Amino acid sequence: MKRAGFDTLSLPVLLLLPQLVIIAVFFYWPTIVALQSSFYLQDPFGFGSTFVGLQNYADLFSSREYRKIAWFTVTFSILVTFFSLAIALVLAVKADKVLRGAKTYRTLLMWVYAVAPPVAGFIAVIMFNQSWGPLTEFFGLFGHTYMVGVNFNDTAFAMILASVWKQVPVNFIFFLSGLQSIPRSVREAAMIDNRSATSRFWDVTFPLLAPTGFFLLIINITYSLFDTFGIVDTVVKGEPGNNPMTLVYKVYVDGFRGNDLGGSSAQSVILMVLVLALTIFQFRLIERRIHYT
Amino acid sequence: MAQVTFDTIGKTYPNGFEALKPTSFGIEPGEFAVLVGPSGCGKSTLLRMVAGLEEITSGELSIAGRVVNDVDPADRDIAMVFQNYALYPHMTVRRNIGYGLKNRGTSKQEIAAKVDEAASLLNLRDYLDRKPSQLSGGQRQRVAMGRAIVRDPALFLFDEPLSNLDAKLRNQMRIEIKALQRRLGVTSIYVTHDQVEAMTMADRIIVMNEGRIEQIGTPSEVYHSPATEFVASFMGAPPMNLMPAELDGGQVRLFGATIGETTHTGDVRAGVRPEDFLPDPEGTLMMNVEIIEELGAHRLLHGTLGDTSVTVQVNNENGAGVGPIKLSIKPGAACLFDRKSGQRL
Ligand SMILES: Nc1ncnc2c1ncn2[C@@H]1O[C@H](COP(=O)(O)OP(=O)(O)OP(=O)(O)O)[C@@H](O)[C@H]1O
Ligand SMILES: [Mg+2]
Repeated sequence: MKRAGFDTLSLPVLLLLPQLVIIAVFFYWPTIVALQSSFYLQDPFGFGSTFVGLQNYADLFSSREYRKIAWFTVTFSILVTFFSLAIALVLAVKADKVLRGAKTYRTLLMWVYAVAPPVAGFIAVIMFNQSWGPLTEFFGLFGHTYMVGVNFNDTAFAMILASVWKQVPVNFIFFLSGLQSIPRSVREAAMIDNRSATSRFWDVTFPLLAPTGFFLLIINITYSLFDTFGIVDTVVKGEPGNNPMTLVYKVYVDGFRGNDLGGSSAQSVILMVLVLALTIFQFRLIERRIHYT
Repeated sequence: MAQVTFDTIGKTYPNGFEALKPTSFGIEPGEFAVLVGPSGCGKSTLLRMVAGLEEITSGELSIAGRVVNDVDPADRDIAMVFQNYALYPHMTVRRNIGYGLKNRGTSKQEIAAKVDEAASLLNLRDYLDRKPSQLSGGQRQRVAMGRAIVRDPALFLFDEPLSNLDAKLRNQMRIEIKALQRRLGVTSIYVTHDQVEAMTMADRIIVMNEGRIEQIGTPSEVYHSPATEFVASFMGAPPMNLMPAELDGGQVRLFGATIGETTHTGDVRAGVRPEDFLPDPEGTLMMNVEIIEELGAHRLLHGTLGDTSVTVQVNNENGAGVGPIKLSIKPGAACLFDRKSGQRL
């Protein structure tokens, strides 16, 4: 194929400039600043800073609290990702079979997607309200006094529930369109080859959904790590105390509540490395392997 | 080998559309039946009802003496080849071919042996470890065939299996499929809208139109004695010429020439195949040739006879120029149809 080109360098640079400026100002500059300040110890009252090398990182890795939060974040992400994907897949498979009313069903489910994370968190808080929340009453039936913000596990459960609920619609839409892009004749051929609908699902439908599934896996891990900030914030109500929190929330708590900008920056850098690793994983392994045609 | 019996089988889709009017007919054991008709006439619908992919809304369908209306597709002992091959994209050729056997509880060794046998039969041995995306259209077609024959079913169903191939490959595959079917002796129903495919492959042709079966017969019957005007104009390229004829006391006259006799009353039309017109200096039919198509072995003359447009096929010693030419009709070659019903008299 013949490619169109520019004779001079100035025009393409000029055309790209707005984009480059935006990327530089909003992505690279903050990254550099974060990287830089992660090597310094800031004075809590803003009177200058001292270079401490890797001390901030060393402090983090030796901190029991940080390790505990990291561990919680991993558990939280695995649970949120797994349940968001699993529930969405079940719903999509069911919806795929429905012919009448499929559109209404899809639209209704999609509405949840439009709910902002803090609102989702707020809804969870209401559902788990100490005195009249319906879910609190539900757990009360089993003799469990549900206490969001007091009991660690109760709070964690509320966070997970809200995060899953918020993410299911997106996954559902992707899974449904993934299912619908499987050629009808392939499924029909499978019907002739295999009597059992369950084993047909695992042998044919599920592998053909794998590209969609892996894409969603990355999206969901990223979501549970970062985009759940609003939910965590609402459920915790800004009172970290003994409550569960994720690494991203910890960055905020240490940086803006604790005024430990250096430590907070070091945490951001660690998260950035994590995202980088995820991205590389996605591009390298997945994009290459899991495509059929 | 299985016999397939359609007993007043009909299909009405949930939206109320009647895709197949109730019809009864049978397909003999080992027969290669070709369903042919224009797009949307209900060929696929009929085939898919046999496969169990589409619900039968009226009548009874039997395969090898067993009523299968409510039998699961996997239990009907059929194999189907789809137009777009419908291979499993994530499985190798080997697994594609063996998948149906695996689910029927065949042992690993037996699957391996059968897959190998099918692969040799279809020249696929070198491709067994490839994925479908790494195969050409013709090879994918063969894999689809392999998947069908490996299970040794009672009935093969083909839904336009060759329409995605180029003309040359299509001719080759046509012969291969037919030879394979002969060799295996499996009863087959083959859907196509290509009448050349129908003529060359079929033991019997089933011509369909608008959800109705117009005629069932051998290729020669369908070609030489079409049951309706629709069959006459659908089969054959170029199709049969249909011209208004006059009745004169039992004699049928076409532009003044007597072409037959009938006791029928009412308007009739005469059908004459292009090759059944003969250039004849004594002929009473005067055709005005407007366009000549040179086809090598013969020529097609397009023009008018009276005020009806006709196409005439002549060998290449005749009809070299445009203008009037005298023709006669081969004795007994004309078919007569009732003008109103389109039925043959
Ligand atoms: N699910 C359906 N609901 C309603 N009508 C349908 C449905 N499927 C097919 N039809 C209609 O039934 C008729 C027959 O369809 P069918 O697919 O059998 O045609 P066909 O003869 O195979 O045509 P083609 O040569 O184009 O494949 C068409 O008019 C089609 O519009
Ligand atoms: Mg069709």
